[in-house]
Formats: sequence, C-alpha cells, structure tokens
Amino acid sequence: MHPEGSPISQRIREIPPSGIRRFFDLLASMEGVISLGVGEPDFVTPWRIREAGIYSLEKGYTSYTSNYGLLELREELAAYLAGRYGISYNPHRELLITVGVSEGVDLALRAIIDPQDEVIVHDPSYVSYMPCTVLAGGVFVPVPTNMENDFWVSARDIERRITPRTKAIILGYPNNPTGAVMEREELVKIAEVARRHNLIVLSDEIYERLVYGVEHTCFASLPGMRERTILLGGFSKAYAMTGWRIGYAVAREEIIEAMARIHQYTMLCAPRIAQMAALEALRAGDDEVEEMVAEYDQRRRIMVKGLNDIGLACFEPKGAFYTFPSVKGTELSSEEFAERLLIEEKVAVIPGSTFGQCGEGHVRCCYATSLAEIEEALERMGRFVRRLRRHRTK
Amino acid sequence: MKEILRILERDARKTPQKIATMTGKPLSRVKEAIKKAEEERIIVKYKTVINWDKLEEEKVQALVEVKVVPQRDVGFDAIAERIYRFPEARSVYLVSGTYDLAVLVVGSTMQEVAGFVSQKLAPLESVQGTVTHFLLKRYKEDGEILGVEEQPKREPLMP
Repeated sequence: MHPEGSPISQRIREIPPSGIRRFFDLLASMEGVISLGVGEPDFVTPWRIREAGIYSLEKGYTSYTSNYGLLELREELAAYLAGRYGISYNPHRELLITVGVSEGVDLALRAIIDPQDEVIVHDPSYVSYMPCTVLAGGVFVPVPTNMENDFWVSARDIERRITPRTKAIILGYPNNPTGAVMEREELVKIAEVARRHNLIVLSDEIYERLVYGVEHTCFASLPGMRERTILLGGFSKAYAMTGWRIGYAVAREEIIEAMARIHQYTMLCAPRIAQMAALEALRAGDDEVEEMVAEYDQRRRIMVKGLNDIGLACFEPKGAFYTFPSVKGTELSSEEFAERLLIEEKVAVIPGSTFGQCGEGHVRCCYATSLAEIEEALERMGRFVRRLRRHRTK
Repeated sequence: MKEILRILERDARKTPQKIATMTGKPLSRVKEAIKKAEEERIIVKYKTVINWDKLEEEKVQALVEVKVVPQRDVGFDAIAERIYRFPEARSVYLVSGTYDLAVLVVGSTMQEVAGFVSQKLAPLESVQGTVTHFLLKRYKEDGEILGVEEQPKREPLMP
C-alpha cells in the first residue's frame, strides 16, 4: 500500500476531476431541461451507414481486424485525404484506425512525449489535451486566446513559449468549445514556427467537415508539414457516428508505427462493425453530410443572433456546432452562470472554464439540437439575463 | 431561393424574419423570393400533414391502377384531366409499366371509394381496366414518418 494510504497513482491524482460532474447530478434530478450542453449531433447516423453495420453483423464479420484497421478502410481514407486536401499517405504504413480521436490524442502524445517534454496548446481547448499530456508524462503549456482575436492562436504567442523542452503543439480547429476556424494565413505562420523549432504538430481535425462559409485548411497539407503533423480525424461529427467510436490517425511511418505499437497492446483494434460502417460512410458520398451541415448553419445563425440579442456577446463561430458567448456582463463566473441558469430556467450549458482559464467568462452552447429547442432555450436564457440585470440595477 | 424553399418545404410556418436569420439573407430579399415563388407557382400551396388515423373519422384511401387507351393528339392528358377533376382523386400520376395512371382515391368508407371506382372511373370511355388497392396502413407520407419514433437519448452534458 502507498504510504498515504491511497491506491491511486500520483499521476492520476494530478488530474483534477471533471468540473461538470456535479451538473450531471443536478440535471439527473430535474425534468424539462433543455440541454445545450451536448457534444454530439442530434441526427442519428444516416440509415445507409447503419444498414452497413447491420449487414456486417448478419454476414458474421465479428472478428478482430489488423491492428492498423481494415486495409480497405485505410485505402479509402487515403483516397479521401488525397482527394480533399491533396495530401498522400501510404495506407499500409502511415494510417492507423483508432477508437475515435480520443484514442488518437492519447496514442499520439504517448508516442512522442518523454518525461518533462512540453506541449503547447491554445486555451481554451478540448478537455482531453491536458490530461493526456499529463498521462504521457509531459508538461502542458497553455497559450491564451480570446474573443477579440476570434479565438485564434497566434504564431507569435506560441513562439514565445517555446523552450528547449518543447516537443509539440496541439491545434484543435475547427474548435471545441469556441467554434473558431483558423484560416490558412495564420496556420502557415504556425507551420513556420514548427519548422524553425523542429516541433511536431498534433492537429485534431474532428470537425473538419463542419465549417460554414469558410474553407477548412488541413494542417498536414501546408508546405513541409506532412512530415511534422499527426493528423487526427474521425467519423463522429460529420457522419453523426459518435457512439460507434471510430477515427483515424495519419502521420509519417515512424510515428504511426510507434502509435500502432501502443494501440496494439492497449486496444488491439477498433471495432470491426464500426470500421465497416465507416467504410460505407466514405463510400456513401456527401449528400447527407451536406444536408446536415446546411441545417447546422441555419441553427448557428439563429443562435448567434439570439445570444447577441439577449446581450450575451457572441462572436460568429465558423465551425463545429458550438457558440461561446461571453457572460462577463452578468458579473457571474461561468460556473455560477451555468448553475443558476440550470436551476432557475432549466437550460444546461457548459461553463467555459471547463476548457481552460481563458474559457472563464464564457459558456459553451451547442446548436446540435432542434430549432424549436434552441428557440425555447434562447427565450429562457433571455428571461434569466433580464432578471439578473434587474437585480443588479436595484 | 432553393435554400428558402427547402426551409419552407419542411416547415411552412417559418416566418420570413426567421428565414432571413437562418440563411443570413436580408429580410427584403427573402420576402421577394417567396413572393416570386408563389407567383410562379413554384410554391403551389401551404398545407399541413395530418395523421387522420389518430381521429375517429378515419379516411379510406386506395391506390387505383388505371389502364387507358391514349387518344390521338392529346395522349394521356385528356383522360388524366377527366379523372383529376373529381375531388375524390387526391393524386394522379402518369406512370410507366403495366398500367398508365396511378390514382390515389380518398373516401370516408370503402363503399364510397368502391362506388367512385365502379361508377365514375371504370366506365370512362378510354379506361380499359382498373385494379384497386386499399391502403391498410400509412407509415410515411411526403417524407414524414407518421408514427411516433422514439428518439434515442443523448448524454445531456458532454465536453
């Protein structure tokens, strides 16, 4: 037994428990809650993809696959990346099918991080980057971003934090929680920094397909970045396949081989049914994805306008399915705001502080929910904010 | 225009104001586009999908296959017109295959529908024969699933 009596490792004790845990308990005891706190599409997986999963079960495709994943799927993915972004990867050695991007983040960091290596990440950012860095023995170095700069991380701010121990940069754009999409120009500057300091860039592009009126730039497609980038992608968001747990990692052979070694001993392979369904998703064409994107776009506009009308300043997100309005005017912390909004008006949102210090003063509202629900939620939020304002002026 | 139409096709009650926000287009342009679509009969009508089965007064529907002899100069159009003018004929289509016109007939009882087919449709001069299929259950109509489908629950909070 550990001298302090706890069986839990020091490393895990360093990771704080999720801040939204208590909201779960609150929510479980309430009825009639509209949740803008979800992190997944409200569409179900398109029928032809689900049907492919059913068919694979009927045919008895229930065995393991190669550690790297079905070759057919890797080939189809390589063709997809080549067609969409003009980057070519060898499906045999430079592509790994993972159990979602979540596993990909973990594998990538464990594959490249030595104890005390530093990883530079924009703040706010997706919740798993910090814990996975710590689990890999690394040091998490946040770079502030803010609404005034559309939550873009600047190459200059990154460069200022580089030390001899810096190993990698993580980029998560289109961004969860802010909805920010970084444009090519600024990404090129970050690429130059990565080259100058010999860094690896872990680019989480799970929301690549969900952009509105702008183009997504695949980081690996920038000059010289193919060899430096670990590109993580998946099927969850574009094809509404979150529960299937299926994603992929592409990088140069040396890195993928290292990631595959961890994957082989910890996961063995991604579920075969999910792989077969993902194959169908790639072959099914883009019609249903485009339909979903068009609908998110409409809801996005309603929500951004609605939040701004209420007085919760909201920059226009160009990707993913989140808005990240400021609640600073209410003089409540983001956690207080979220908690009181839930209790008083039964609308669930996620406090921005969940995603890093720079998320403080904001809440994340997801618009992957029906228009009717979005409108009702906006009404309730408006009531809540007006009430706060009245109390303050008294 | 198409985006506006798609929104209205799904929900005819969406106001021009809302559509303007949803599409990011100025209100005046949206109103103009809708007006133009109405004038050109691109928007034919605004109607409501009703599940009559839920009410006591059930309606009886039948899909009637009609085989006809086309007429010189007017082809199938003249006979189609004679048929679609009856209010009982809810939808009329010219189709390829073993018969020519597909007619959706609505009535309040089976007798009424059968009466319409035997008294009005079948005796028409150029009608060679009819086959009547009564609808037993409506699952999906005009893209809308009529039964209540249970929505799978999502995790309400997920960072």
